[in-house]
Amino acid sequence: MPDVTKTATAVEDAVAPPSAPESKGSHKQEKARSLWGDAWHDLRRNPYFIVSSALITLLLVISAFPSLFTSASPTMGDLSNHFLGKAELSKIGSPEWLGYDQQGRSVYARLIYGTRASVMVGLCVTAIVATVGSIMGMLAGYFGGVWDAILSRITDVFFGIPFLLGAMVVLQSFTERTIWVVVFALAFLGWTQITRVMRGAVITVKHADYVHAAKALGAGTVRILFRHILPNAMAPVIVVATIALGGYISAEATLSYLGLGLSAPTVSWGVDVSAGVAQIRVAPHVLLWPSIMLSLTVLAFIMLGEAVRNALDPKLR
Amino acid sequence: MRGAKSAKWVTGAIIVALAATACGGGKTDEGAKGAKGAVDPNGIFSIELGEPEKPLLTGDTMESNGSAVMAGLFSTLVDYKADGSLEMINAESVTTTDSKTWTVKLKKGWTFHDGTPVTAKSFVDAWNWNASVDNAQGLASWFADIKGYEKVHPDAEGAKATSKTLDGLKVVDEGTFTIELAKPVPYFAHKLAYIVFAPLPDSFYKLPAKERGAKPVGNGPYKFKSWDHKKQIEVVRFDDYKGPNKAKNGGVVFKNYTTLEAAYEDLKSGNVDVLRQIAPKDLPLYRQDLGERAVDQAYSAIQTIAVAFYADQWKKPKPIDPRVIQGLSMAIDRATITKTVLNGTREPATGWVAKGVLGYQPNAVEITKFDPAKAKELIEAGGGVPNNQISIQYNADGGHKEWVEAVCNSITQATTVKCVGDGKPDFQADLTARKTKQVKSLYRSGWVLDYPVNANFISDLFRTGAGGNQGDFSNKELDAKIAAADSAKTLDESVKAYQAIEKDLINYMPSIPLWYYKVNAGYSENVSGVAYGQDGDPILTGVEVKKK
Amino acid sequence: MGRYVARRLLQMIPVFFGTTLLIFLMVHSLPGDPVLAMFGDKGADPATLAAKRHELGLDKSLPEQYFVYMRDMILHLDFGDQIRNGRPVTEVLGDAFPITLQLAALAFVFELTFGLALGIIGGLRAGRLADNAILLFTLLIMSIPVFVLGYIIKMVFAFNLGWISPNVSTVPQWDELIAPAVVLGGLSLAYVARLTRTSMAENLRSDYMRTAVAKGLPKRRIIGVHLMRNSMIPVVTLLGTDLGALMGGAVVTEQIFNIKGIGGIIAESISRREGTTLVGLVTILVLVYLVTSLLIDLLYAVLDPRIRYA
Repeated sequence: MPDVTKTATAVEDAVAPPSAPESKGSHKQEKARSLWGDAWHDLRRNPYFIVSSALITLLLVISAFPSLFTSASPTMGDLSNHFLGKAELSKIGSPEWLGYDQQGRSVYARLIYGTRASVMVGLCVTAIVATVGSIMGMLAGYFGGVWDAILSRITDVFFGIPFLLGAMVVLQSFTERTIWVVVFALAFLGWTQITRVMRGAVITVKHADYVHAAKALGAGTVRILFRHILPNAMAPVIVVATIALGGYISAEATLSYLGLGLSAPTVSWGVDVSAGVAQIRVAPHVLLWPSIMLSLTVLAFIMLGEAVRNALDPKLR
Repeated sequence: MRGAKSAKWVTGAIIVALAATACGGGKTDEGAKGAKGAVDPNGIFSIELGEPEKPLLTGDTMESNGSAVMAGLFSTLVDYKADGSLEMINAESVTTTDSKTWTVKLKKGWTFHDGTPVTAKSFVDAWNWNASVDNAQGLASWFADIKGYEKVHPDAEGAKATSKTLDGLKVVDEGTFTIELAKPVPYFAHKLAYIVFAPLPDSFYKLPAKERGAKPVGNGPYKFKSWDHKKQIEVVRFDDYKGPNKAKNGGVVFKNYTTLEAAYEDLKSGNVDVLRQIAPKDLPLYRQDLGERAVDQAYSAIQTIAVAFYADQWKKPKPIDPRVIQGLSMAIDRATITKTVLNGTREPATGWVAKGVLGYQPNAVEITKFDPAKAKELIEAGGGVPNNQISIQYNADGGHKEWVEAVCNSITQATTVKCVGDGKPDFQADLTARKTKQVKSLYRSGWVLDYPVNANFISDLFRTGAGGNQGDFSNKELDAKIAAADSAKTLDESVKAYQAIEKDLINYMPSIPLWYYKVNAGYSENVSGVAYGQDGDPILTGVEVKKK
Repeated sequence: MGRYVARRLLQMIPVFFGTTLLIFLMVHSLPGDPVLAMFGDKGADPATLAAKRHELGLDKSLPEQYFVYMRDMILHLDFGDQIRNGRPVTEVLGDAFPITLQLAALAFVFELTFGLALGIIGGLRAGRLADNAILLFTLLIMSIPVFVLGYIIKMVFAFNLGWISPNVSTVPQWDELIAPAVVLGGLSLAYVARLTRTSMAENLRSDYMRTAVAKGLPKRRIIGVHLMRNSMIPVVTLLGTDLGALMGGAVVTEQIFNIKGIGGIIAESISRREGTTLVGLVTILVLVYLVTSLLIDLLYAVLDPRIRYA
């Protein structure tokens, strides 16, 4: 989806100094020592942070222990309940309160059990992308020269393939689409944005006095990279990654809509969304609820990202 | 964006008006009474159609979009009626005494759209061209019955043809030719209705390869006008047409839609006149939306679950007992699934032969009845399902996921055998898994008629090595019975022999019959007389356009 | 400047070949055989398949296929023929690209106008009610998946209000494309608005702004020239890569509104394993991306006096 790539550019420019073309702009960097402490102080007062982290906590609990929330099975259906029942708020929490789907399965149970897939996809893709992207970006930014040229061109190659198209091709090449396959497909082209952000941030940081000082004291490259550069270049990556996390969840659903996301028997919102599209005229509730959950989840992560960005970038205050 | 319409692509182009009630489609007979002066004989109507996948060649058009156009442009020697009996179109007569040598006499005065006469040579040359391995036509194997086919089209990879012409074809005079088969085929005349047996004009062979399928010149009721790729194809009535099925309208515009939903929305707003299918989203409500103009009619196709007999599950340690498969079959609640999940678009099957073909027998077998107790009993008697678990492979792009899930649920609930759907992302992946024998347990399969004789639903699917036999089912006893039925003296005897085989199939259970297909379609207020053939396609020539 | 452009152009060469090679390999690693699938369920005999493969050049080795394809493309602008129906790929793409370009352009104009307007309002009123309302609105837009947004707009404006026709005609009119463009551009609009707002708020407090105010320049000139010009730099970066992204991401929107652009071709080519078509399509998208990003970088020099190219 274009959103994922856009987050990168948007945040890259808001948080890190402009890196293109070949970073000749002037750079300012806040003092690192107080950055995290200040940020935390700031976050605790931000209503966006409070709401989004509460929501995310709830989603994580649902993902970990879905059976706490419903007793109904998300996979076994009774055809006599086919599309039965519209939402009844008075029966909140019971299997039938959001109605039944085509196979006579409880929509509510499927919502609860489907949470895990979406949250897992989001978290795993982000973890992989952040790791791979950071390493690539760090190497390119720190060593510069030939390294930078090669790594940057590789990044450009992967960046040049439209995200959605690339993910579609990758997904199509697997005959069984489990969560891991979807994670791989999204991460395959997704890492480039983090690389670009990280590279820009490292270039800014590497000329800082404390890096020169560490070098003068004889610190090894690895030590400099991980002890001095990484902690100071991480802020923009964290922001991009948090916002992108929401984007990945949305991307999984969009691929499902195209018939390419997770496939049954995996229970996921995307699977239900793609089924719901075909049933929109008789049973709009089958599409409605997963869409709402999906939007809420994405919103939660984007809000969290916004809050973190505000906290980490004092210039915005 | 649409998946394959059924397992096999729709083949068998039939354009003979169905007797209005013969196929249970009572709603389609208003054409007869609608013709009271309000009809514009030169009116042009539009019909929803996807982009034909391949160039429009008689020997290579096997999917439904191309077939629909070709059916208007070409006429074959014969066609068949709704009861499976033959009607002569371009042929005056097709006769045989021994089912081995057939004599074809042509009607006089027929011409191609370019004005050249249709002669015996037009047929013989076209067949030779379509059969030749050098031309790599997808339907070449249809000529395999004819003597000398293996010389024109050797099967092995890299093999070269040793002859350009089929030995069995002989031109007697301008209007007569004979066909000699390698061995007797009682129902050969029925095969002649297929598009691959259409004639081609001399000009065809002179064209550069790329242009042959771009502007087809045929002998059918419509003349090709234009093909604006992915937008529309236009054909107009051929005024010199001599056949019995002369067009009652001025021409047809095949309009391209990327989705069926879009076509349906356009039908409601009057932008397209005839649909061939209704999108899943609109199926539950289309009868309500369209009223009289909704079409709901059976056609000759069947959905089955086939057994991958080569899979370890079914052959190790010993070959599976057919009673287990009988049990699985009886664990499927076809009535409920067709009503709910499939929105009444299918009709529970009661045998392996689809409706509307010669030799169809209602309630041929008992094993398609839903009976959980009997199902359990049979499975136990047969030694149980190995691992107590099955999977059904299907292609996720063809609208099969919903019913596969429902069938699995039904089986699990009735028998405790664990059942999961094994969805392949698309038709390609599904097909490759089947061709390379990678199916783990069971797979979705379907069959639309090639020719309206029950042999097509038995011999072409369950004979050892038959084209449609992808599950490696093989039984010497059954092969012998099929061979006997094929060598019957007359068509009638052959059909009867196949009817006996169909009843006998419960002892082999090569597949589990699920349901028959129905045409679910509709048309606009601008047209009347819309009827659908046994292949599920609308009969273009019969459509009447109302004066505006 | 000339040297910079030359270097950038040189850098494009490996990226161009890398991307086309990558997509070529990805397509060829898909399971399933395009020739086998041409013959449907029943299949064809090995002799026919071999004859067809030879005719299409698919019996050559992978490196040779890639080499032949690139050679014909670069030397003769020949993108090959489609496997299934033998149509030249240039013709297929030539039919579809203008339509998608039309849609993407409209979406681009939409996101540019409304995104900038919302961003500027938010930036100038940072922290106030309007700013917060805009923030909430953009967050909401960002979290609704594009197919849901598409369905909502189609439901409301086509079915309930009847303002638009649910489907776009085969040859689209500009007014028919407004609703799809809103759907397609909605997400980018949110990002443009956010970015503009951030950038404006940040620059409002910069030294040069203080200087400009101190010099007593009229407010209109301060905002119009000094503030806008500097705040546009990141926005231009985003917009620059966006045209290409909009074209590549139009699959869903095109499907919902029955638009016959490249979205349908992408889906069809993937499911039919049409390698020639996909590689050709990606080649064009990559070129669009490379050229626009070069133009953007050159535009920096105009916008930001601190950047000078050697």
